Amino acid sequence: MTTTHAATYTTVCRLDDIEPEGGVLALVAGEAVAVFRTYDDRVFALSNYDPYSRASVLARGIVGTRTVEGDEVTFVASPMHKQAFDLSTGQCLDDAAVRVPTYDVQVTEDGTVLIGGLIDEPAARLTGGGTSSS
Amino acid sequence: MSPHHRKTLVVAGHGMVGHRFVQAAIERGLTETYDVVVVGEEPRAAYDRVALTSFFEVGADGLSLLPGGAYDDPRVRLVLGTSVDAVDPETQTVLLGTGEVLVYDELVLATGATPFVPPVPGRDLPGCFVYRTIEDLEAIREAASVATVGAVIGGGLLGLEAANALSQLGLETHVVEMAPRLMAVQVDAAGGATLARHVEKLGLTVHTGALTEGVLGEDRVTGLQLKDAEPIEAQVVVFSAGIRPRDALARDAGLDLAERGGVLVDERCRTSDPHVWAIGECAAPGGRMYGLVAPGYAMAEVVVDALLGGPGQFTGADMSTKLKLLGVDVASFGDAHAATEGALELVFADAVAGHYKKLVVSEDGRHLLGGVLVGDASAYGVLRPMVASGIELPPNPEDLILPASRGVPEIGLPDEAVVCSCNNVTKATILDHVARAEEPCADATCVTRCSGAGSTCGSCKPTVKKIVEDHFASVGKVVDRSLCEHFALTRQELFDVVAVHGYRSFDEVVGGHGSGRGCDVCKPTVASILASQLNGHVLETGRGTLQDTNDAYLANIQRNGTYSVMPRIAGGEVTPEGLIVLGEVARDFGLYTKITGGQRIDLMGARMEELPAIWRRLVDAGFESGHAYGKSLRTVKSCVGSTWCRYGVQDSTSLAIMLENRYRGLRSPHKIKGGVSGCARECAEARAKDFGVIATEKGWNLYVGGNGGASPVHAVLLAGDLDTETLVRYLDRYLMYYIRTADRLQRTAPWMASLDGGIERVRAVVVEDSLGLGSELEAAIEAHVDGYFDEWRATLDDPDKLARFVSFVNAPDVPDPHITFREERGQPAPGDSAGPVVLGATIGVGAPAVTS
Repeated sequence: MTTTHAATYTTVCRLDDIEPEGGVLALVAGEAVAVFRTYDDRVFALSNYDPYSRASVLARGIVGTRTVEGDEVTFVASPMHKQAFDLSTGQCLDDAAVRVPTYDVQVTEDGTVLIGGLIDEPAARLTGGGTSSS
Repeated sequence: MSPHHRKTLVVAGHGMVGHRFVQAAIERGLTETYDVVVVGEEPRAAYDRVALTSFFEVGADGLSLLPGGAYDDPRVRLVLGTSVDAVDPETQTVLLGTGEVLVYDELVLATGATPFVPPVPGRDLPGCFVYRTIEDLEAIREAASVATVGAVIGGGLLGLEAANALSQLGLETHVVEMAPRLMAVQVDAAGGATLARHVEKLGLTVHTGALTEGVLGEDRVTGLQLKDAEPIEAQVVVFSAGIRPRDALARDAGLDLAERGGVLVDERCRTSDPHVWAIGECAAPGGRMYGLVAPGYAMAEVVVDALLGGPGQFTGADMSTKLKLLGVDVASFGDAHAATEGALELVFADAVAGHYKKLVVSEDGRHLLGGVLVGDASAYGVLRPMVASGIELPPNPEDLILPASRGVPEIGLPDEAVVCSCNNVTKATILDHVARAEEPCADATCVTRCSGAGSTCGSCKPTVKKIVEDHFASVGKVVDRSLCEHFALTRQELFDVVAVHGYRSFDEVVGGHGSGRGCDVCKPTVASILASQLNGHVLETGRGTLQDTNDAYLANIQRNGTYSVMPRIAGGEVTPEGLIVLGEVARDFGLYTKITGGQRIDLMGARMEELPAIWRRLVDAGFESGHAYGKSLRTVKSCVGSTWCRYGVQDSTSLAIMLENRYRGLRSPHKIKGGVSGCARECAEARAKDFGVIATEKGWNLYVGGNGGASPVHAVLLAGDLDTETLVRYLDRYLMYYIRTADRLQRTAPWMASLDGGIERVRAVVVEDSLGLGSELEAAIEAHVDGYFDEWRATLDDPDKLARFVSFVNAPDVPDPHITFREERGQPAPGDSAGPVVLGATIGVGAPAVTS
């Protein structure tokens, strides 16, 4: 990941607290952050706020995959009106103009999930991807 | 026309054609200038005489073409149970049986026809009947209750219908036909023989070339005397040897009649008096009588057009017929008897399957002139328009009737070909509906809804579908029926796959038949299918993440991310104690309360983490989940019924509660709503539901396929006068058939519209058990009933399931600060959330979400 400075991370839960292909909501520095676990145990964190419905709900969305330009993208669908957001970048797959903020994630060897700060630059995420638990 | 001087139009006869005339008069604005008086002789408004045999299943209500008994145009007066006794063209008056005299500006005769009873001795004996009206059927039913053998004289279309009725009434049935074959008018000798084999397989006895010399019996019918044959024993005899136009009124009025009977009319359907018109079976345009309903409808439209000053003419009718007689498809079209000079015949016969198909082609082999199809009439939808359009035949015309071309043959119909003859829709019109710029239809179901093509008899539906799919293929648009990118299967196919393999998890299903990891479309669909088949808890391990958020939290998400809580109030019946509990819970948790359209009470604005505590209170007070969040049974709405209501004829409340409790929790492709009304006043609005039950004096009428919402549809009658046990059996079958075969998020109305045959298909499967699935469908519902448990109680009892009901995984007691409320009329309402805000101001957060 981009940083390993432990002081900026908040411990939110253990990996096993998140169902595979499920999400939980975490309180990180006063903000609502949706934390998702994929079927292959990658963990991602997005702002919980759905910009379309203007409600704090994304952690309750369904996690799935969609083929975009030949690549399999893992996304969460808003439980309100089903807009899909790329878990790794926050990019809305239905509207190029919309992106939700993403957070840095660390999963320690003993399975603790840590959430870091906001990642401002989507381009930086494209190389980093999600953080593996292993 | 001065608006102060309105004219009067009298219609004599309220059969199918008279009714169509009035409908067209209203729709096309004729009632803007005319007051219309319709006089019908029968005690009830017009009904579907073509489907008369189904009277025993659906009752009089089910056949009615005017279910309310009145037109919703106040300028139309309907007088029933009254004859027209005389017409005086001089004074432009008609005399009614009641003695009333009506003055008309224009008179339309739509008096129909009477059955012809050959002049044989004994024809007036008790036990002899004709087959024309509901009263005839009621009399036949009564006589059949004490009889064992029945005979029908006449093996034509109507005779076979009558024989079907006798057979349905449990009588050993004989068909006696003078001609050497059945349906002599429509089919040829070999077709008639194939039909006879089908009919005999059903247990009926066919006598062709048999002349009835007399009806035997002293004071009642005991049998038939045939020429050169043994007599037939029978206690019920039905004459169905053709019809004769009812032209006596016209004759007495001095109007011209046709040589062979019928009121002679010109191509505008005007009689020899300029103010008198005649339509339907009583009329003889150009001297010829038409004994089918479609030409009658065409005549009705022509007269309305003429009275509006339009140019419409009746220039003959397509006498093609396709119908199902005793379960056998029979079709006849064009020159079925190869009467055209030099015509050639191409015949395909499969004695084992009971198929007989004949094409009549022109001498040069290039044009189709007509044909006969018995046993398999699937090609009718393509062949009939080929005759009408004169299109050239393909090089091997026999391909059109060979079994390999079962379904819809490849054929390029010209644009002007009439594909749906019931509603006169051409191929060009169908193409326009899919290709037009504004709101084009996306599939054949939509085309049927928008253009009417296939909406009446349904025989052209496969052709409509083929035209639509060919069009999409030609413009490069693949008609993809896949559920989503992960499954190249329809929901129905997926349902079958899950059942066949006994899958219990999404991983098994997507691993075996899909690709990728699923999405928000296929996951809830599979979850619903698993729930329908396994009856497990929707939050069982591994299934929680498949559910839409409503199912995932067993509550309905609202606009600010809170949820609504809706306990079951079966049939809308609630005790004062129950109401008090609901009030107390709402007060204690600060919830907004509202009465719903489904006769229950919604408690709104619950934070997700509050749901278990709220439900603990409700469950302890005896409430259970109302499944308002699920694609499942919602409510069965009821009126108070005979218990309290002075008009009620049955106890609708008890039935509604019983049905709601039977089907509660049943997962389905979409929500299901029901209703039960205790009398015909229909206060429960049951016909706006997926299933609606309306009490009759004798039991219950069952209506199916209705909904409110954006495209309201009235439910249609599936079966009438049912006892409660039969009602429940039919409902079991209907609901499970829907659950198994509907598309994802498809309500029952569009589901029925998408089935080939529509309501007839549903009736065949549910009432007649034509697929032999009845007991399997019932067993599936029984398994559901036996396995039912309250999802909320089970959730409260399971710490694992409760674990998901926390606001923050790392701060379970802190409410989400984005969820705010304001007050409206003394109750909470959702507040606006401006996006991420900061609690405790530790780090700054950028502008919410939207970047460009």
